[in-house]
Amino acid sequence: MNALSSIAVLELKLGRRNRWMLLSTCALALFALVLGFVGASPTGSVRVDPLTVAVANLATLSVYLVPLMALLLAFDAIAGEVERGTIQLVLASPVSRTTLIAGKFIGHLTVLAIAIFIGYGLAGAAIYAFAGGSADGLIAVLRLMVTCIGLGAAFLALGYVASTLSRQSGTAAAFVVAIWLVAVVLYDLALFGALVADADGVFAKTIFPWLLIANPADAFRLFNMSMLETGAETSIGSVAGALPFPAWTGVVSLFVWTMGAFALSTLFLRRLEP
Amino acid sequence: MNTLPLQVNGVSKSFGSVRALRNVSIAMEPGERLALLGHNGAGKTTLFRLILGFARADSGLIDISGNRPGSEGARRSVSYLPENVTFPKLLTGREILNFYLRLKRISTDRTDALLDRVGLADAADRYAGTYSKGMRQRLGLAQALAGKPILILLDEPTSGLDPLSRQQFYSLVDEAAASGSAVVLSSHGLSELEAKTDRVAILNRGEVVADAPLDELQTASKAPLRIRVRARPDSVMEVSKQLGGRRINGQSVELTCPVPEKMAQLAAISALGPLVTDFDVSQPSLDDVYRHYSAVIEDKGETA
Repeated sequence: MNALSSIAVLELKLGRRNRWMLLSTCALALFALVLGFVGASPTGSVRVDPLTVAVANLATLSVYLVPLMALLLAFDAIAGEVERGTIQLVLASPVSRTTLIAGKFIGHLTVLAIAIFIGYGLAGAAIYAFAGGSADGLIAVLRLMVTCIGLGAAFLALGYVASTLSRQSGTAAAFVVAIWLVAVVLYDLALFGALVADADGVFAKTIFPWLLIANPADAFRLFNMSMLETGAETSIGSVAGALPFPAWTGVVSLFVWTMGAFALSTLFLRRLEP
Repeated sequence: MNTLPLQVNGVSKSFGSVRALRNVSIAMEPGERLALLGHNGAGKTTLFRLILGFARADSGLIDISGNRPGSEGARRSVSYLPENVTFPKLLTGREILNFYLRLKRISTDRTDALLDRVGLADAADRYAGTYSKGMRQRLGLAQALAGKPILILLDEPTSGLDPLSRQQFYSLVDEAAASGSAVVLSSHGLSELEAKTDRVAILNRGEVVADAPLDELQTASKAPLRIRVRARPDSVMEVSKQLGGRRINGQSVELTCPVPEKMAQLAAISALGPLVTDFDVSQPSLDDVYRHYSAVIEDKGETA
């Protein structure tokens, strides 16, 4: 095993041993099941595919949950090693700093992917078995899971930025909570506030969609909602219909955020004096 | 071509207005054990960090067996045990050691032998969270000794260890030195290092104030010998009068005597004949020597 894979495997092991993976898998599965079965109970005359409704609800839930999980996984990555002194052992060995953080990223992303696939996969299978669903619905579940991992990757990298800038775990933790609040809660509040103030103006038509896609959390939701609209008949996310760019721009946004934040955290790690 | 394990030449480093290291020069031969002594803040850890390439010297040169600090070649040659290291609680000793061996590109076939050597064979599959301070330190030493590094840096390795663990620790260091590694041990626990190292370097406020074998330092410091003469209770006054010195606990007299006058003093004691029942001579301890060198600089500092 080389250095990169041993760093990744160690993170995977730790994720399993500290019950982190188990807890987050259960949390995801539980939320998914509740949302799935509540959404599946017929409310109107038109029967909508239960899986598709579940995915629409889960996309909204994931915007809050997945970034939180990723940030909680990432904040300790470097700051914790600095605090415990193990970073000195690692950096005294012939391992490059880029390898260190890349290994952690691969390990953490695997942990996150396992939790998402098992959690949402189990819930999806249960909904399909008991409430029924279409093939389109199954594809939507798969799309949700894959983009959730992309969303997780972006927030893992953002978490590393916080972790490489802090010398203490506690500081890094506060930092990622701030990131989560801004990206997931405050940003949207500010946008919708502006939208209400100027409902039909230039802001709503031209600036607003771009601001939406510029935030990884919103980009994720936008992509999943617009894909659902083209696939099945739902009344959710009417904003997606009038976008000045194709839906896959949302995926590009996630990718750009992941790469950008990862590059930034690598830069900070290179400048760190352990 | 330079093949010394470590050469530090005229290295200085400041943090703001604090001059952590001033014109420090130290060289090490293969298989040599050096004790790096100094108060907290004397610059020991800073020197280690510069050698490891964690920080860069303001001036001067550091060479590790032909490599610059922090370079791939240097990191392959150096091993390090920081003063405080806390391994992940939920990994076993074996898993932790395997991990560091892989980072150092050493075959993990060596893991069992290494764990056995540091006395952790029985605890190898227990979580590191259950380890005592001594066991953690030995696990750290196991990763530092792995792969016969050219240079081993141990920062305060025995602080907080009980005497038995400390002894085991030093015997491992001796083995490593015997197999050709140059070992630097830093410490402010002075007396525990006595006779464990070939050479002693004393750092004081970032300056090397002494760098020589211990016996040379002892002689050069002119720290006095301590002689304790035991007398019969009724003759202790007489002995004290004849020899000078300080009476302690009613039947002993303690004298200090410069090393060159040792024989003359012993002759004076034996001349007292039956008044004396026994005597002890103690060499100036490392603490005495260290105090001497620290004092020198502190005086200089005050006059400057």
